[in-house]
Amino acid sequence: MKKDLIRGRVWRYGDGVNTDVIFPGKYTYTLKEPQEIAAHALEDLDPVFAQNAVAGDVIMAGRNWGNGSSREQAVTTLKYRGIAAVVAKSFARIYFRNGINQGLLLITCPEAVNAVESGERVEIDLEHSLIRLHGVEYAFPPLSPSALAILESGGLIPYLRKKLSITVDELSAQVERDSGEAG
Amino acid sequence: MALDFKSDGSISGFTFAEKALARAAGLAAVQAGQVVDARPDIALSHDNTAAIARIFRSIPMERVAIPEKMCINLDHAVPAPTPKHAQNHADVRAFVAEQGIRHFFEVGRGICHQVLSEEALVLPGELILGADSHTTHFGWLGAFGTGVGRTEMAAIWATGELWLRVPESIQVRLSGTLAPGVTTKDLCLHLIGALGADGGLYQSVEFSGEGIESLSLASRAVIPNMMAEFGAKNAYLPPDEAVFDYLAQRRARRLNPMTSPAEIEALRQEIAAGAIYPDENARYAAVYELDAASIELKIACPHTVDNVQSLNAVAGTRVQQAFIGTCTNGRLEDLAAAAAVLQGHKTAPGTRLLIIPASSQVYAQALQAGYIQTFLEAGAAIGTPGCGPCMGNHMGVLAPGEVCLSTANRNFKGRMGQPEAEIYLASPAVVAASAIAGMIVDPREFLQ
Repeated sequence: MKKDLIRGRVWRYGDGVNTDVIFPGKYTYTLKEPQEIAAHALEDLDPVFAQNAVAGDVIMAGRNWGNGSSREQAVTTLKYRGIAAVVAKSFARIYFRNGINQGLLLITCPEAVNAVESGERVEIDLEHSLIRLHGVEYAFPPLSPSALAILESGGLIPYLRKKLSITVDELSAQVERDSGEAG
Repeated sequence: MALDFKSDGSISGFTFAEKALARAAGLAAVQAGQVVDARPDIALSHDNTAAIARIFRSIPMERVAIPEKMCINLDHAVPAPTPKHAQNHADVRAFVAEQGIRHFFEVGRGICHQVLSEEALVLPGELILGADSHTTHFGWLGAFGTGVGRTEMAAIWATGELWLRVPESIQVRLSGTLAPGVTTKDLCLHLIGALGADGGLYQSVEFSGEGIESLSLASRAVIPNMMAEFGAKNAYLPPDEAVFDYLAQRRARRLNPMTSPAEIEALRQEIAAGAIYPDENARYAAVYELDAASIELKIACPHTVDNVQSLNAVAGTRVQQAFIGTCTNGRLEDLAAAAAVLQGHKTAPGTRLLIIPASSQVYAQALQAGYIQTFLEAGAAIGTPGCGPCMGNHMGVLAPGEVCLSTANRNFKGRMGQPEAEIYLASPAVVAASAIAGMIVDPREFLQ
């Protein structure tokens, strides 16, 4: 996630790609292993994707990517498959939150999506919030501070560990102070 | 954004979402765009509880911080269709026992959104976060309900709070009354068809207007449930006396079966006092006027919920499976509408009809009202209360090339287990009539 420059091959999809075609509901309570989850990525949207995607590839798609279910596997299936980022015209809200919480880079940039075709190569510059595509630069809005804090920690669980250990440290400090006073 | 100061010096101009999230964050006031740490009153999970528990333990955490706020329903694949599903349920039960969670609902009790409503576990003005995208449902009680991911739910169990961005709001002003045979399902499909599946993206969709009071409670619940398909973060209907009565009766009886009328009345007043209403001068990103009387029968066609047509445009489409149920349309009123159509008829050869009550209470009431008898005589198969085949787990998945007409809220490609099948969405009466005809038809011809 701390990689500032991403270069990858593009898989271009349209509007309204939903969670059922990203990761079918019938697998949600039976598949647990990352490899199994990755093997069904985009199964009902693009049957050749899971076989042919290469680590570092980028998905670029239309409006409302990830609408539908709250299932996190719709994010992790792409992460486990090695997808470096999803660039869309817009994201469904739970999908966007799940992306941040799982450390999958999601970027909103309609202009870049309009200009790209499948198979082209794209460069994403996180430091400058820019997408470079056939010599043209497209700016995208940087993430909100709260989302960035979670992403920089590597996802919600690592972020939470940090937050909770602070609490634990304060408590132990308190205990030490209390025992010191008692002593 | 400028705010209005009232003569007493207090500020106004807040939407429902701003007021509800200020309350949940323990702040005097918040505005759209602000990020707050909100503390939910209820944290909901279902068959995904075991998966959330695995994330929770990986933090690592041992004890949940908010056992009394947690509600867990087994509803998504019940009874267990495979050994793997059975193991998942066993893991959920072990976690519930270990953590001492009281609000646990076993296989057969029903769908989480319906059951938590019946149990009066969610009250007006409260915040409910659910690891389920249709948690928007609780807007029918005037609560702020929204879906979160599994990892987020693990974080809520650990800390009792979650970061939320206060959404902008859209107001939908509803006037007039629905024509006979037209339902709030049609109203929602009309809205989603007109503005698209992202028409309410990231928004709090807040309904208002005298059109709401005339709606039955069961038909109100359809609206915020369907707003998940509009991209909404949450949806809201202003709660009225009918909602307060519903909740007071049920909550009082759950807490104490021998409760007195005076105690119920006191509880009703307490519930009403907690209700939140947007200010008259609240600021909305958009305002839509909707005349209920102008809405006609609608149907969502494959493979997206916003691919909406008038029923007439697709009448005659052959149907192999008709499915009545789900958190959207599995309540008593829905079964009554289906029974009125099915009375004295049989399903067409080549068409099967599945009916799954949303909860055990709905099932019992339908049995008492004679609807179940009507369904069986019509040739229907009745399922265990739960989500049924809605998301393709079991109990009515489709074969390639088949068409299912369903009362559910989603018709995505592959949702009912088979990408080469097609799913249409409509109201219960339309599905019932189409089961008799073997093709999509207007139910009003069976109600003469």
